[in-house]
Amino acid sequence: MLHFELVTPEKLVRSEEVHMVVVPGTEGDFGVLEGHAPFMSTIREGALQIFRTAGGEPETLAIHGGFAEVNDRGLTVLAERAG
Amino acid sequence: MASLKALKVRINSVKSTQKITKAMKMVAAAKLRRAQDAAEAGRPYAERLEAVVSSLASRVAIGEGSPKLLAGTGRDQVHLFVVATSDKGLAGAFNSNIARLARRRALELQAQGKTVKFYTIGRKGRAVLARQFREGFVHAIEPGDLGKLGFADARGYADDLIARYEAGEFDVAHLFYATFKTVLTQEPTEQQLIPVAIPAAPEATGAADAVVEYEPDEEQILADLLPSNVAVQLFRAMRENAASEQGSKMTAMDNATRNAGDLINRLTIQYNRTRQAAITTELVEIISGAEAL
Repeated sequence: MLHFELVTPEKLVRSEEVHMVVVPGTEGDFGVLEGHAPFMSTIREGALQIFRTAGGEPETLAIHGGFAEVNDRGLTVLAERAG
Repeated sequence: MASLKALKVRINSVKSTQKITKAMKMVAAAKLRRAQDAAEAGRPYAERLEAVVSSLASRVAIGEGSPKLLAGTGRDQVHLFVVATSDKGLAGAFNSNIARLARRRALELQAQGKTVKFYTIGRKGRAVLARQFREGFVHAIEPGDLGKLGFADARGYADDLIARYEAGEFDVAHLFYATFKTVLTQEPTEQQLIPVAIPAAPEATGAADAVVEYEPDEEQILADLLPSNVAVQLFRAMRENAASEQGSKMTAMDNATRNAGDLINRLTIQYNRTRQAAITTELVEIISGAEAL
């Protein structure tokens, strides 16, 4: 499972284990699965899709501004606004 | 000696003041908890952003083309003091402590021949500083209730500051606010806001860090993040201020309630003495009147 955190300046919105997250990057959407290579991208205004299980229905969250970082601990999305 | 009626009126007036200060203390205590939670909830974001900015900044060489927010203007002449206080008083020394620190630093810089300008957030800080520094007020914001400020507000202030910086209005910006330590202690704090002070990057980031892919490239991400970092620092200061204000208010109102209690006790004793004296005089008159018969 992928450890996923969504943080805004106001609070920690999510911190959970998920299957996959699709992030709206400035240069295109990208999906992050467990074991993704270290990566950093700014994000554009768009929908963040969270897949709890493989093949399941995604949960979408609107996010605005900020950036996403993938490291060996998982994916962290720092958004200025979420939800 | 004050008459019985005057004492009674005085006691009642102190009692109603005490009721008010007690209620204000309760309100401050409730708001304090919320402000403290909010200040804590904001920490993860600020920490992450700081870590990312410092690791990016260590990777990007500071040169001609690097962002001004990081490299500075190359001068050190005009200093802008961003003084964050609150709009309301009755919070002990909260506002004056911040203003005092700002004043001391301003005098130091002026003694070195620098120009100091003020950008105040909060009416109280402005009032105190305006007494001594009549000139150099760039802008004054009255934020209202500190606890209700959102990130969007901080972002707005930050954008305004950055626009002024880009326009060459100042070279260095310092931020003044009170760090919340405990309910009893709030520490006035100065922090460099612009150019962005880069905290030392943790040394052993490991080999895994070396292969991070950036999209777009490092410079571009950094250029995006630096304004955000200013906004986040401001936002953090606001949150700290909100908690400090309530903490300070709670302590001040607790003291006021206790003082009112002492005053009521003293006045009550005086009232009783006066009443007793009046009764004694009356008795003496009756007795000596009866003896005379």
